[in-house]
Amino acid sequence: MTDTPPLRIALVGNPNSGKTALFNQLTGSRQKVANYAGVTVERKAGRLTTPAGRAVQVLDLPGTYSLNATSPDEAVTRDVCRGVYKGEPAPDLIVSVLAATNLRLHLRFALELRQLGRPMIMVLNMIDAVRRQGLEIDIPRLQAELGVPVVTAIGVKRGGAADILRVLDEPIPPAPAPLPEGADLHAEVRRLMALCVQRSSERHPQLDATLDRWVLHPVWGMLILLVLLFIMFQAVFSWAQPFMDLLQSGMEQLGQFVGTLLPEGILRSLIVEGVIAGAGTVIVFLPQILILFLWILALEESGYLPRAAFMLDKLMASAGLSGRSFIPLLSSFACAVPGIMSTRTIQNPRDRMVTILIAPLMTCSARLPVYALLIGAFVPARSVLGVFNLHGLVLFVLYAAGVLSALVVARVLKKRDTGEHPLLMELPSYRIPGLQSLCIELWQRARIFLSRVGTIIVTLSVIMWALSSFPAPPVGATGPSIDWSLAGRIGHLMLPLFAFIGFNWQICVALIPGLAAREVAVSGLATVYSVGASESDAATQLAPLLSAHWSLATAFSLLAWYVYAPQCFSTLAVIRRETGSWRLVWVSMAYLFGLAYLASFLTYHITRLITG
Amino acid sequence: MRLNELPLNLSGVIDHVAPVTPADPIARRLEEFGFVPGEPVKVVAFGPFGGDPMAVEIGFTRFALRRSEAARVVIQPLQGTALDPVLHNSAPTQTEDA
Repeated sequence: MTDTPPLRIALVGNPNSGKTALFNQLTGSRQKVANYAGVTVERKAGRLTTPAGRAVQVLDLPGTYSLNATSPDEAVTRDVCRGVYKGEPAPDLIVSVLAATNLRLHLRFALELRQLGRPMIMVLNMIDAVRRQGLEIDIPRLQAELGVPVVTAIGVKRGGAADILRVLDEPIPPAPAPLPEGADLHAEVRRLMALCVQRSSERHPQLDATLDRWVLHPVWGMLILLVLLFIMFQAVFSWAQPFMDLLQSGMEQLGQFVGTLLPEGILRSLIVEGVIAGAGTVIVFLPQILILFLWILALEESGYLPRAAFMLDKLMASAGLSGRSFIPLLSSFACAVPGIMSTRTIQNPRDRMVTILIAPLMTCSARLPVYALLIGAFVPARSVLGVFNLHGLVLFVLYAAGVLSALVVARVLKKRDTGEHPLLMELPSYRIPGLQSLCIELWQRARIFLSRVGTIIVTLSVIMWALSSFPAPPVGATGPSIDWSLAGRIGHLMLPLFAFIGFNWQICVALIPGLAAREVAVSGLATVYSVGASESDAATQLAPLLSAHWSLATAFSLLAWYVYAPQCFSTLAVIRRETGSWRLVWVSMAYLFGLAYLASFLTYHITRLITG
Repeated sequence: MRLNELPLNLSGVIDHVAPVTPADPIARRLEEFGFVPGEPVKVVAFGPFGGDPMAVEIGFTRFALRRSEAARVVIQPLQGTALDPVLHNSAPTQTEDA
C-alpha cells in the first residue's frame, strides 16, 4: 500500500467544534505547521496510517462559520474546499467536524459544505457531552437524511477517533446530491433536528449558565479576570525568571567551556561571542513563551478567553481595538516576543496588525536594566509628598508614556480605517482542556519560535559580532577596541544626527550592540567606558561614571529613547515571522524610530531649558 | 423592538435581521450564527462598562455582540412561554416548518 499516493483529507468545521483536538488526536506529533503562501494563515498538516495500513494526509483547515469568508483564514478554508486554492489540490474527502452539542449552529455549515457536491463524511464530535444535555441523536436516521456517512468521535479522549479511522479504510463515499440552489439551510437544519434529535431526559445543562452568571458578572467577573491576569502576569514575569537565569548561566558556561577548547583568535570569538551568545538570547525567551502559551492555550481551550474579550471589549474599543487584543498587550510588558506570538488569538486581521504594531510600546522587562541604571545614576532617591519614591515615580512615568503612546498610535491607525469591525463572536461552552492537545500545541509554539525566529536572531547576532569586532585595533592602540571597529565608526557617523538629542559618541556606539537585545546596551556602555564586563559590575561602576560625564538632559533623553526605540532584533524577527511580511517590520522600525527621536528631542531640549 | 433594547434575562423571538447596508457582512454573519426568524433569543449578560457588549443565548449557544450589532436584530418580546432551548417545537411563531 505504500506506493499508492496517500488519501488527502481536510478537516473542516466551525470554531469550537473541537476540530483541533481531533486533529491532534488523529495525527499525534506527526504534524507540520507552516504558512499558506502569501498570507499569514497557518497551514497545519499531518499524517496518519489507518488500521488497514492506508496512508492519509490530514489538513486542518481554519475554523469558519460559513463559506462566505469574512477573514483571510476563512477565505483559505473556502478556496481549499472549493478546490480553487493555488498550490493546494482539492481534498479527496472533506471531513466535516460538528460539535454534537451544538448541532443547530454547526449543521448549517455542514449543509453548506454538502452543497459543494464533493465526497464528504460528517463527524459528530464531543458525542459524550450530548447525553449530559439530556439529548439523544438518531445517527442512522441522520445519515439516511443527509446521504453522507455520519460517525461520532470524542476528540479529547484517547481512541476517541476510532470510528473516523474505520471510515477512512472504506472506499471514498460518493458525492452527496446537493439541495436545490437557494434552499433555506436553516429550515433544513430545523427539519433534521426535529427528525433526529430527541430529548431523552428533562435535564438541562446548567454549567454554562451557572459559570457565566459569575464570569460575565460586571463585578465578580471583573474580579475573576483580574485574579487570572494577575496570576498569569506573575507567572510570566517572575516564575519564568529562575529558568531564564538557569538557561542564561548555562549558555554562559557553555561559551566558557567551548572557549577553553578553541585556540584564542577569530574563530573562538565568532563561536563564543557570536553564535553561542546569540543562541543564548534566543533560548532565554523560551521559559516566558512556554509559560505564557500554557496559560493562553488553557484559557482558550477552556472557553474562557472569548469571555475575557467580552469583559474588556468596551475598554479596548476606546483605542479602536477589540477585547481580544488585551492579553497580547499585557504579555508584552514581560516581553514583546511572546506578546506578539499570542496575537494569533485575534481573528480580525486589522486588529491583529495594530496590536502587533503597538506591542513594542509596552515597556518590556528587558528595558528595566537600562531604566534602573539611568534612574539610579541621575534621579535623587527622595520621597515625593511623603509617600512616593522619586525613583518609582520616574519609572511609572516611563511605563505610562509607553501605554499612552500606544493608545494614540492605535487611534491614529484606526482613523485610516472606516469599516465597522464587529465583536460578534461565539461564547463557546466551557470544557476541560485536553492535556495531549495542550502539549502538542505548546510544542508547536516552541518549535516555531526556536526554528523560525531563532535563526534570524542568531544570524543577526553574528552580524553584530562582526561589526563590533572588525577591524581589530592596531597594535599598541589605546581605548576600547569597539571604538576601532566598524560599529564604532558607525557610532561616530551617527553622532551628528544624535547630537541634536543630546547623545555623545559613547552612547551611539553602545546603541549598536544594543540592537541585539535592549539590556545589552548596559554592557555596551560598560565596554565603551572600559569598566567591568558583567551586567552587575557594569551597573555599580557605571552609575557614578555616567552621572559625572552626562548632563541630566542627556540621561533623560536616553530614557525617552528607550520608551520607543525598536532596539530589539528579536521583536523585529518575531514580527517578520508572525506577519510573513518585511513591510510591517520596516513600518514598525520606522515609526518607532521616529517616535523615539521626537521624544528624545523634546525631552532633551525641555530638560535643558529647565535645568539651564 | 430591537435586540439591544431587551433587558437582562428576558427573551424575545427573532423577527428578522435588518441589514444597515445592502451587503452588510455583520447582518449576514448574524444569520449564519442562527439569528433567523422564529428563533427565541435570551439576554444573559451585559458588559461591565456601560452595559456594552451584551451576551445572548440562542438554543444552547451563547454569543457576544456589541449593542450596535444587536440593533440589527428585530425581535418580538416574549413573556413566560416555556420553550425547550434546543427543540422549541412548541414555538408558536415557527411557520416555516409547515
